[in-house]
Amino acid sequence: MIYRETGQFKTTYASDSQLFPILQDRAFVIGALVFAFVAVPFLASDYLFRAILTPFLILSLAALGLNILVGYCGQVSLGTGGFMAVGAYAAYNFAVRVPQLDLIVIFILAGLCAALVGVVFGIPSLRIKGFYLAVATLAAQFFIDWAFARIQWFTNDTPSGSVSAPPLSVLGHAIQGPVQKYLLVLSIVAVAALVARNLTRGAIGRSWMATRDMDVAAEVIGIRPLHAKLTAFAVSSFFVGMSGALWAFVYLGSWEPLAFDVNRSFQLLFMVIIGGLGSILGSFLGAAFIVILPLVLNQLPTALGIPLSTAMISHIEFMVFGALIVFFLIAEPRGLARLWAIGKEKLRLWPFPH
Amino acid sequence: MNLRELEPGTVERKLGAAILAVEGISLSFGGVKALSEVSFDVREHEIRAIIGPNGAGKSSMLNVINGVYRPQQGRVTFMGETHSQMEPHRAAARGIARTFQGLALFKGMSVLDNILAGRNLMMKRNLLWQALRVGPALREEIEHRRRVEEIIDFLEIQHVRKTPVGRLPYGLQKRVDLGRALAAEPRVLLLDEPMAGMNVEEKQDMSRFILDVNDEFGTTIVLIEHDMGVVMDLSDRVVVLDYGRKIADGTPDEVRSSQAVIDAYLGVKH
Amino acid sequence: MDFARHRLTVAFLALLALAAAAPMFLGVAKFPQWLEVALGGLLTGVLYSLVALGLVLIFKASGVFNFAQGAMVLFAALTLVRLAEKMPLALAIAVTLAIMIAMAWVIERVVLRPLVNQEGIVLFMATLGVAYFLDGFGQSLWGSDIYTLHVGMPKEPKIILESTFDGGVLVDMEDFVAAIIAAILVAALALFFQKTATGRALRAVADDHQAAQSVGIPLNRIWVIVWSVAGLVALVAGIVWGSKLGVQFSISQVALKALPVVILGGFTSIPGAIVGGLIIGLGEKLSEVYLGPAFGGGIENWFAYVLALVFLLFRPEGLFGEKIIDRV
Repeated sequence: MIYRETGQFKTTYASDSQLFPILQDRAFVIGALVFAFVAVPFLASDYLFRAILTPFLILSLAALGLNILVGYCGQVSLGTGGFMAVGAYAAYNFAVRVPQLDLIVIFILAGLCAALVGVVFGIPSLRIKGFYLAVATLAAQFFIDWAFARIQWFTNDTPSGSVSAPPLSVLGHAIQGPVQKYLLVLSIVAVAALVARNLTRGAIGRSWMATRDMDVAAEVIGIRPLHAKLTAFAVSSFFVGMSGALWAFVYLGSWEPLAFDVNRSFQLLFMVIIGGLGSILGSFLGAAFIVILPLVLNQLPTALGIPLSTAMISHIEFMVFGALIVFFLIAEPRGLARLWAIGKEKLRLWPFPH
Repeated sequence: MNLRELEPGTVERKLGAAILAVEGISLSFGGVKALSEVSFDVREHEIRAIIGPNGAGKSSMLNVINGVYRPQQGRVTFMGETHSQMEPHRAAARGIARTFQGLALFKGMSVLDNILAGRNLMMKRNLLWQALRVGPALREEIEHRRRVEEIIDFLEIQHVRKTPVGRLPYGLQKRVDLGRALAAEPRVLLLDEPMAGMNVEEKQDMSRFILDVNDEFGTTIVLIEHDMGVVMDLSDRVVVLDYGRKIADGTPDEVRSSQAVIDAYLGVKH
Repeated sequence: MDFARHRLTVAFLALLALAAAAPMFLGVAKFPQWLEVALGGLLTGVLYSLVALGLVLIFKASGVFNFAQGAMVLFAALTLVRLAEKMPLALAIAVTLAIMIAMAWVIERVVLRPLVNQEGIVLFMATLGVAYFLDGFGQSLWGSDIYTLHVGMPKEPKIILESTFDGGVLVDMEDFVAAIIAAILVAALALFFQKTATGRALRAVADDHQAAQSVGIPLNRIWVIVWSVAGLVALVAGIVWGSKLGVQFSISQVALKALPVVILGGFTSIPGAIVGGLIIGLGEKLSEVYLGPAFGGGIENWFAYVLALVFLLFRPEGLFGEKIIDRV
């Protein structure tokens, strides 16, 4: 009864095409945004910002990017960590070599660099699909790992191999402290989510989904596979690259190539699978799940009074991830987003069962 | 009795010159010869049926016309341009649309999105505009939505427009397939067994849709069909294939009385 | 492989051979040293092939790309080495084999059966989940230290061809014995697939699950058999790798290299797994030793994948694989 749509008639196509046509959805999203921007800065502790909220938002952006590629366009990628690295190191090089640039410009440029690299490594997708493509993206991952570790130019010839981001400032205003960093990331991610939603609902989103569902038929109705797949790689890598830059600059501060290795790629793929393929909300849900789970697993043994070593906890983490992947693939391949949608369906009818 | 003669008040349809012609098409897969030197033409505004026993190469012929298969020999001429090799998206851009025997619908998308996808060729606004979805991009999206809604009205599927196509009954899915092909406003429509798996009522509906498309929009139609009644009622001319060869070409009456066709269907020893 | 028709592939291989021999033409290396490096690479390649074999087996019979093969190798090695601490080696091997068979049964029931008609990519991601689970499970059960495995492999390197070349050529005997073991295993498996009824059934299942079911082939039992055989192969690989490197977590990472091997050789070909492994092992070693110094090393990390990528662009089905046809 809460989620009833009755009485909400759309009389123009424009109103049916808006971002959130149903009033309750609109209210919820606006409410959530207001809460996130206005209330959270006062309510949350520094720890919450540094350990949960900021990493959650940045990884959501990366998951969003990956979801566009894997969920909407059906191109499997295990090289996401590498594209994050491209974004991070590109941002670093711009910041160090062209210090006059504003931070937002640097982030966008970093995203564009990642998009370019993404398109190059996406070219094989025109000939190969499925897990063949997955192995090809692994080539991208390992090659990029090596390039940033060995080629001195990328790290500005730093002897130790680890680089640090310069102090952050946007439009002359310095960004210091966890709250300001959180707001910066929140703004960027909110805009990115809006753009992603517009794209996936437009012609290009339809061409991605058509390519995913049946690429031969898509070609027959005039969707060029080249265009669809490479734009998916480009847009996806743009978001992923930007998230890499954010991860490096805002969350880590200083980093080495290991921060973006193949385990990161797997982590992002898990987020997208558990959260829900082909769903923007799913990217956020999956990221939240993967960020919170290790923290829960860490606290749980002590809460239950069973002492476990950190090594043991990380092993159990692996087991839980693996088991959850299998569980979601079997029980709900459309992930948490689908569970959310089912919840809304129930809310429509509540208190009636059906 | 051809339906065309029965329809009261139908404007006398002028059949134009040949808009599509295939010459000497031969197609093989490995050792299997699917088509052997098949030639026929299709006049503008006509309804042309391709019939024949199973395995005769009918679907392969459609696939050659719109470029999904590359023939080893032969040429396809469409609107004055001759090709020995066509690519599917180029065929689409030039005005050939088709439906599939096995319904190649985009299962993950709604009816509306499936049909909108058929109009992708006409959406001009690029990535950046779409990302912002304001002004020109929004207007374009809404304009196309309007046209697609007209098609949805025409096919009487308004009540399921937001449903994911995977969940629809077979008959409605067939209509969505047709709608997606119509969305591109094609000159030539290739229909691969549009009546397959339908009951009598559904066939009547589909026949009505096909006739209406041909009447109102002047779309040339090439259709593969097994139901002889439908073929005889709807089509202007018929091509008969058997084992990849053309064995008859003419009006429904001519074809029906051809000995070669009767032999092919009754299975006389070759 | 039909040499006349596949000119591109032959040209590619010829190019690789030229590139491999290049260091000698360019005067950077003399034949004896080159031979040492080449032999070392070839033998490492055999080790990759051992892991790739498991991949090919499972793909051949169930159409599933088993990302968990590396984790299975590690798990087998870990189980063996820890059991061997408490019982004689022969018994430990037998018990580990039994455990691998039990594991195959569990995987089939819990993971494969519910996903039976899904697309390949879903099954692939499921095996990814299994890999993670096995990594965690094995290490929480048996611990995550580095364990030495003693199975009686020769540890002393041998110097051969002393009379022909000055100083002779150094050969790692452990790798050599591993190669022999691999050869025996491959021969046995090839016979199994070609000559037995079960082998035929396995090939039918790989082609089309539903068709195989409809002619009465018991899918579930076939899958348990195949995954058990893959488990056996994983055990052999685990023994060989574990003896050489010590049993540690990095084995499952090294096993990722089996993926490019399978791409090169063809997903459905056992000889392909061997040839692919040899090419990758050889190429990797040669490029690391002769190209590495120019870049500060580390080429081994990506050479296999980039080679597979290039190969995928020209011949996605691999050297010996079957051509994939998309029908509308």
